[in-house]
Amino acid sequence: MSTVDDVDLGRRRFLTATATVVGGVGVAFVAVPFLSSWAPSERAQAAGAPVEADVSRLEEGALMTVEWRGRPIWLLKRSQRMLDDLPGLRDQLRDPDSAETAQQPPYAQNVHRSIRPELLVMIGICTHLGCSPTFRPEIAPADLGSYWRGGFFCPCHGSGFDLAGRVFRGVPAPLNMEVPPHRFLSDSLVLIGVDPESA
Amino acid sequence: MANTQGTTGLVGWIDERFPLTKTIREHLTEYYAPKNFNFWYYFGSLALLVLILQIVTGIWLTMNYKPSAEEAFASVEYIMRDVNWGWLIRYMHSTGASFFFLVVYLHMFRALLYGSYKKPRELLWLIGVVIFVVLMAEAFMGYLLPWGQMSYWGAQVIISLFGAIPGIGDSLTLWIRGDYVISDATLNRFFALHVIALPLVLVGLVFVHIVALHAVGSNNPDGVDIKKVKGPDGKPLDGIPFHPYYTVKDLVGVVVFLIFFSVVVFFAPEMGGFFLEHPNFEPADPMKTPEHIAPVWYFTPFYAILRAVPDKLGGVIAMGAAIVVLFFLPWLDRSPVRSIRYRGFAFKAALALFVVSFLILGYLGALPPSPGRTVLTQICTVIYFAFFAVLPILPWFEKTKPVPERVT
Amino acid sequence: MKKILITLTLLALPGLSLAAGVGYPLLTAPIDPHNKASLQRGAQLFVNYCMGCHSLEHQRYNRMARDIGLTDEQVQDNLIFTGARVGDTMKNAMARDDARSWFGVAPPDLSLIARSKGVNYLYTFLLTFYEDPSRPFGANNAAFPNAGMPHVLWDLQGMQRAIVETHTDAEGNETEVVTGFQLAQPGSMSPPEYREAAADLVNFLSYVGEPIQLERQRIGVWVILFLGLALVVFYLLKKEYWKDVH
Repeated sequence: MSTVDDVDLGRRRFLTATATVVGGVGVAFVAVPFLSSWAPSERAQAAGAPVEADVSRLEEGALMTVEWRGRPIWLLKRSQRMLDDLPGLRDQLRDPDSAETAQQPPYAQNVHRSIRPELLVMIGICTHLGCSPTFRPEIAPADLGSYWRGGFFCPCHGSGFDLAGRVFRGVPAPLNMEVPPHRFLSDSLVLIGVDPESA
Repeated sequence: MANTQGTTGLVGWIDERFPLTKTIREHLTEYYAPKNFNFWYYFGSLALLVLILQIVTGIWLTMNYKPSAEEAFASVEYIMRDVNWGWLIRYMHSTGASFFFLVVYLHMFRALLYGSYKKPRELLWLIGVVIFVVLMAEAFMGYLLPWGQMSYWGAQVIISLFGAIPGIGDSLTLWIRGDYVISDATLNRFFALHVIALPLVLVGLVFVHIVALHAVGSNNPDGVDIKKVKGPDGKPLDGIPFHPYYTVKDLVGVVVFLIFFSVVVFFAPEMGGFFLEHPNFEPADPMKTPEHIAPVWYFTPFYAILRAVPDKLGGVIAMGAAIVVLFFLPWLDRSPVRSIRYRGFAFKAALALFVVSFLILGYLGALPPSPGRTVLTQICTVIYFAFFAVLPILPWFEKTKPVPERVT
Repeated sequence: MKKILITLTLLALPGLSLAAGVGYPLLTAPIDPHNKASLQRGAQLFVNYCMGCHSLEHQRYNRMARDIGLTDEQVQDNLIFTGARVGDTMKNAMARDDARSWFGVAPPDLSLIARSKGVNYLYTFLLTFYEDPSRPFGANNAAFPNAGMPHVLWDLQGMQRAIVETHTDAEGNETEVVTGFQLAQPGSMSPPEYREAAADLVNFLSYVGEPIQLERQRIGVWVILFLGLALVVFYLLKKEYWKDVH
């Protein structure tokens, strides 16, 4: 064995570092397929394709539910009275102007949180811990109090939302309920899961 | 535990509670391996690499595989088509199975070349043969899981072998299958054994194999004992620390191995029907046997021995004996010389004949039988066993060369 | 147990004797997986002529669209006749039990037929249908004697007559061997056109057998180049350290 004196330590260190980098890059490359195999598969994506909802028979004040990506999507046809109530609730709401951009597409960032004022399209999942709230359109029921102008009430932890899915102050849910991307194919057909073609 | 390593800081804190530095020194930086390892010494570390590869890809496959007769075949195609990168993970696993055997066969051949099974390494060899047997069981059960025609009928044939055992045969096959034919029950239990039980056993055995290796020290192509000649510092003169010298050397072997492995995975995953057999792309059909059932290539030598004997029980015994005889190798070979470099012509000829007959058996086992092939299979089977039979008497004919004191 | 095995073997025998029948020499399928026009023509032929009976239950329409160079809309408008959505797999409407009673066996799913039988077999199969009044659908096949499948492409190919030679072995047993064909009744395509159509169809089935095939090879080149680079680095590292030893 030779002694340490005639060893080129600089070259040795450089090669060790290079080999470490190349090996690290290799391991990172190998990790990619394993990690991305956890992303939704083609089947999951096909099952999560946009769904159509026919709202032609939806009556004023009524709610219908369709399933998209395994979650309930609510379609609520609001009456003029319901729409008129919305601006007046400002002070009781945490985010009255829908400032949280992640909770709705830009085309639903308005006072009624929808493309057409009367038709609310919303993911029926509470932003607190993922329960599905119940639809409570009645005004000032005994259990919800006199301020209630109709909305959604989550039975799990008592969060309340108005008829545009905006969250009230003083409840556990932090955010307004989410409006999914959707477009109108015709007067009566809504396609849930894609943005309008112009958007 | 007192810190006898003189380490400080975090490592020192750990060393007071766990033999970290001590283990690294004993098994890597101060484990002295002979400095004359050659090509044949890559396959031990490569076998370890493939084991890890199989475990990781296997875990990922179970994330989408469905172990039921209804869904198994379709779930494999789901992995191949719908799961992101599922095809790569599956091909790595199927190619890995074949490469595992390739590497293990070469690793075992190395032991034959250099007498690595001889005293004091008999137990090391025995553990290795047990690993080989468990690996065969692991591969066999894994092969049922895709639930294709070959999976089904291959398992049917192999399980039926147990039926040859007098008296208990039929009840034993029934018990193994858990049904009157290979069925959902069989698939489910094979899945459990393949993904949990046998891998645990394998990992444990591999650990024991390495512990045994480090206790007795590595053999080398000269078959000399490097511990006999030590320098003034008490270190073997012909030994070098495993780390860094053999880690950097084995890494080169790993990269070369991965190149061969990738060529198969990316350009020939079916390997002409040897790694993934064509009929296995048809779902299992209990009503229709494929024209020709051949096991995967790594079983074909033993399958050929099975077919060489024109009697059901006799064939099963011959096949079993072909594996069991490996356990006796350390005591059958009575020559005091380890390495083939210093052994006589008689041993070299016997080993060459043995290897050639093993390869021919492997080739014939993959082909449908014909009268001519059966005769050739029988000749090779006789040579296979004759190798072990002549080993004890070989020293009488063999002119060995003097073994040097130091490695060359 | 033995009884079960024997029963299974007996059940399997008809299948065995069919498959082990006189093999017509396999032709080489002139296919090119890079040729998207050919794949598209193959897909068109498949949905028009095969899909009435055979499904591709592991193949999604939209995956096919992406891989053979079509848009989802083109597939929806031209290739989907079943009311399926583009994300669905290519199943057909035929019930398996009906199929079994009509053809004797249920027409197999063809997702993996190119991998289990090989492209040359499929190509030969498509080219070697011939007139045989003794068969229920009036046609037999040289690559797969006594196939249950009718010659569904006959309006394209026309109908061929087999040229048969009778071979007599040493024991005086006579076997009939198909050695070639002559066109008895022309179809809408000329023989070269039909061969090309058959190749397109086989090309498509070969794609369906393993949709990732081309991508796999493309990635493989990069993987091996990277490993080649790693080999140089690790080899230099090994040489550097082993200077101590030599």
